Amino acid sequence: MTRPEPDTLRIKARLERPGFALDVDTAFPLEGVTALFGRSGCGKTTLLRIIAGLEHPPGGEVHFRDSVWQSGKTFIPLHRRRVGLVFQESTLLPHLSVRGNLLYGYKRTPEPLRRLHLDEVARLLGIDDLLERRADQLSGGQRQRVALGRALLTSPDLLLLDEPLNALDTQTKREIMPFLARLSEETGIPSLLVTHAPDEVERLATRVAFMHDGQLERLEPLREALARADSPLFRDEGAVSVLQGELGPADTHGLHPFGPPEARYRVPSTPGAANGAGRPARLRIDARDVSIALTPPQDVSILNIIPVTIETLDEAPGHHGPARVLAVCRQDDGHTLMAELTKLSTERLGLQPRTRAHALVKSVALLD
Amino acid sequence: MFDLSPTDWMAIEVTLKLALYTTLILLVIATPIAWWLANGRGSPGVRTAVQALVALPLVLPPTVLGFYLLVLLGPAGPVGSTLESWGLNHLAFTFQGILIGSVIYSLPFAVQPLQQAFANLGRRPVEIAGSLGAGRIDRFVTVILPMTRGGFIVAATLAFAHTLGEFGVILMLGGAIPGETQVLSILIYDHAEAMDFDSAHRLSFGLLIFAFAVLFIVYAINRRFDTVRL
Repeated sequence: MTRPEPDTLRIKARLERPGFALDVDTAFPLEGVTALFGRSGCGKTTLLRIIAGLEHPPGGEVHFRDSVWQSGKTFIPLHRRRVGLVFQESTLLPHLSVRGNLLYGYKRTPEPLRRLHLDEVARLLGIDDLLERRADQLSGGQRQRVALGRALLTSPDLLLLDEPLNALDTQTKREIMPFLARLSEETGIPSLLVTHAPDEVERLATRVAFMHDGQLERLEPLREALARADSPLFRDEGAVSVLQGELGPADTHGLHPFGPPEARYRVPSTPGAANGAGRPARLRIDARDVSIALTPPQDVSILNIIPVTIETLDEAPGHHGPARVLAVCRQDDGHTLMAELTKLSTERLGLQPRTRAHALVKSVALLD
Repeated sequence: MFDLSPTDWMAIEVTLKLALYTTLILLVIATPIAWWLANGRGSPGVRTAVQALVALPLVLPPTVLGFYLLVLLGPAGPVGSTLESWGLNHLAFTFQGILIGSVIYSLPFAVQPLQQAFANLGRRPVEIAGSLGAGRIDRFVTVILPMTRGGFIVAATLAFAHTLGEFGVILMLGGAIPGETQVLSILIYDHAEAMDFDSAHRLSFGLLIFAFAVLFIVYAINRRFDTVRL
């Protein structure tokens, strides 16, 4: 193995269990959120556990920045790896209060290493009012936020999140997502997020590692993962585009400009979301909500009409009958926008790669 | 009713001392065994064998256990003769001897409640505590102990109570030396043998009440913590 690069997590491991084999040799950049995406049983949780030191496969190698976590006879146990762990189910210690839980790791973190403190973490996660409660008096969403806060208060070098939203209902999930999204930005702590939910990846990830049958198939930036028609992210729920940009101040109609002038969207603000101007945001656009016109239509109600160049035309992923086509379009600012069309319209309009067209975007969802 | 003879008092003292020491030793020994059985790694075959070994005193006649310990710890046995070659005494008919016997005899009563408590606890809380920077001993004291308190109380109570009821092992291994190996159950037997039914009754009734009280407490705790089934 070559000398590890300074800002990566290098991991090399083989592990065989009955009916399952993991074989991974890769390096994760330690920046932002890396999603480990794949179906259940593909080995993503096992990979996470090896990184945490909860599994100890013989011959495995784990290097974090300049330090060796596992190599040959060297094995640093979990409690000395400075890793924050959050699992899917509630893991609050039931004999301690919320404050006791939050401070459990903080107290065990050497003072010079403490970068995050109770007040700011409690504020960041909106749990200031819960500190004196008992762990079993919290709702599922509150428990996960406390678990997250508890991990953060050790000022970890790395956060390992094992499907932290999986056990939560949709509403609670929606309530926690913004906290997770802000997390890596505000704390600068790199994280690995194990998930099988495309919406979590679209919302939270900086890059995606696709896992399949114990192998890591591909590690790529989210933008690239969303720019190909055959992306595993689209397999179940169809293609989507996620645009990253900045949200401007609301105009008189309550609409926010998003993106540069050559690909300018106007986006209604979501109730309850922070409305600070110039804040980074993600737009999620379902490919089925995008239509294509060759000339800019005049009298339509659709607000967002974006000039694009068609790049590829493929059969649409997912199973919506045979006659659907996924058009991968390039906006003039370089972002990818997907449009799902019928085969008939494609032929009628004579769409080809490199055709100039206008994308009619019927609805957008503001993610942050 | 309660005018006990000096011999009775001596037997009570030996019995309580034996039960207390046995319980303390068992908590130390049974905890790692139970943890390993509940959560440990290693081959399932080895684990099953250990589980069976621990449970052996439940089915074996105490006289069998006592007999082998007598052979082992006595002057001609491997342990006893080794001790004597070091200038120490062999352990047959001594308090230390019956203490060793009691520990083995009550082992399943300490291991099983703890094992169940640890299995219910699972690995998660320990993994979490580890990720929060707690080392082994720290985790045991601040997470495992408070979360499996019920299991420890049940294990300690059962080990104590079961030692009170011990008869066969001590009879084989310890005889009935007053102040050394003569415990209550043996003394009751001796009283009855001597047709002193009044004395036998006094001690028996006392033991009966005590045993009921102990089990009552165990089941009450059991209900409260809802962690360990007997």
